[in-house]
Amino acid sequence: MKDHVDGYVTEDGRQIGDVMMDMRGITLRFGGVEAIKNISFDIREGEIRAIIGPNGAGKSSMLNVISGFYNPQDGEVWFHGEKRPPMKPFQVARQGIARTFQNIALFEGMSVLDNVMCGRLTQMNTGLLSQAIWKGKAEREEVENRELVEKIIDFLEIQAIRKTPVGRLPYGLKKRVELARALAAEPKLLLLDEPMAGMNVEEKEDMSRFILDVNDEFGTTIALIEHDMGVVMDISDRVVVMDYGRKIGDGTPHEVRNNQEVIDAYLGVAHD
Amino acid sequence: MMSADFLYGIEVVLNGLMAGVLYALVALGFVLIFKASGIFNYAQGVMALFAALTLVGIMEGQVPFAHMINAIFGTEVHHFGWHVPAFAAIIMTLGVMVLFAWAVQQFIFKHLVGQEPIILFMATIGLAYFLEGVGDLMWGSNIKTLDVGLPQGGSRWIEDMTASLGDDSFYGFFIDKLDMVATVVAAILVLSLIAFAQYSKQGRAMRAVADDHQAALSVGISLNFIWVLVWSLAGLVALVAGIMWGAKSGVQFSLSLIALKALPVLMLGGFTSIPGAIVGGLIIGVGEKLFEYTIGGMMGGATENWFAYVLALIFLVFRPQGLFGEKIIERV
Repeated sequence: MKDHVDGYVTEDGRQIGDVMMDMRGITLRFGGVEAIKNISFDIREGEIRAIIGPNGAGKSSMLNVISGFYNPQDGEVWFHGEKRPPMKPFQVARQGIARTFQNIALFEGMSVLDNVMCGRLTQMNTGLLSQAIWKGKAEREEVENRELVEKIIDFLEIQAIRKTPVGRLPYGLKKRVELARALAAEPKLLLLDEPMAGMNVEEKEDMSRFILDVNDEFGTTIALIEHDMGVVMDISDRVVVMDYGRKIGDGTPHEVRNNQEVIDAYLGVAHD
Repeated sequence: MMSADFLYGIEVVLNGLMAGVLYALVALGFVLIFKASGIFNYAQGVMALFAALTLVGIMEGQVPFAHMINAIFGTEVHHFGWHVPAFAAIIMTLGVMVLFAWAVQQFIFKHLVGQEPIILFMATIGLAYFLEGVGDLMWGSNIKTLDVGLPQGGSRWIEDMTASLGDDSFYGFFIDKLDMVATVVAAILVLSLIAFAQYSKQGRAMRAVADDHQAALSVGISLNFIWVLVWSLAGLVALVAGIMWGAKSGVQFSLSLIALKALPVLMLGGFTSIPGAIVGGLIIGVGEKLFEYTIGGMMGGATENWFAYVLALIFLVFRPQGLFGEKIIERV
């Protein structure tokens, strides 16, 4: 299935690109606890990559390593063919990696529009002084950014709540606003931490559609964590399976589904 | 023709409003830092003192640390022998306050991220005493007059214009010109701060940090940068407050005590609200002047010393989050 000249072809015949993010031998410890044990995997350009595993497997920790919220004790993170030095989360964000959070981290006091505009901050370059004096350049920049933000708001179908303070929104819509904010950064890599957690079937279908559309229309590479196996198998191109901080499977949904170790982990076979 | 008592009452309210604006200005410095970083900055008053000292020092061409230099090298330097115009000196002082903001973040609060509020508060107490000492060491501890060219004394114009409102015993409203300037300056400062926070990129980032640190990081905001920015803005507010109070009553240690006046203002207005700081300041300013004018005499006077605190205490009992503060709801 792998072809080194033409990249990689997925199960349903989709062509995906070269390796964008390469995690090599990542080990993450909290005190004496090893949350991630020597895990390597890659994320290819244009694909939807899922990380799955039972509770406490270390999936969120892995996402936090990618987004710079945790720095691993061992291992290397390679991004676009360059080894990444230890970085702060805001520096990772400025490299074009946007994310959402499992428990939603929005600016609750701000309107939906303001929240999504915050996602544009990495793309706005006007300096402090010209901003303070409000010269033409800053104004033009604001207008241009507003246009793109409105497009994203239309795309995710949240026009009706543009001016609503986020704190008043129901859970499902908050998740969507958070996705909008991440998209506003025009990220090269989009990280989604359980984008469908706590949603009903209809909301899950909507979110799945948005994720597929984002990947399709903007060509955004997506790495996501999800519990709902049906969803994962449906939308992802390749899947990493983690259990107790180890990687126990890696491949197409079909390969992973037939992997004995993965079946054991999900059915709860005793560990030796 | 209105009764003289009523007209004096109005004059008291007007003067109270203007005193209130100055209280609001100091309170604003607290709110800026508290909102963005959760630090209650005890040093805000000393920052106003330090800014005023630095401004006088620069204007008069004082050699900083002159005492120390003379003691170590046996020299006798005190002045450079030049005078700096007020406007240039204000810009330079602002530069010093920005440098101070950077140093505070770099050497103190960067290392205290995620600590308990009480620890951050203790750090600002230490900072207050340190800054007070540095101010003394740099510019000397004598009382200085600050003259940046602001008008002094009562406004004749207003007196003349309003004298006809009452009978012969009424000479018109007495309004201090400096208070009027202070009111206008404070109003401009507050409006520009609100506009900056609302419409600029950095202002949006500032509000984002005030709202949620984690989310702010995830959209590429450097918390360090924002904290230096808010400390700089607090420095700007301290400088303006220092100029106004310094011009009014001289630059001396007691200037740092205006910070204590800001506390009841904050309790009234809420620690996280800019409009709250303004309205709280006005209520306290008017309240204490009016109380002194109407009831003060019966209680032996000098009620202005404690009125604000008692008012704040009453507020604490009935509305602990202040007029505009966010209500704290705890889910069980």
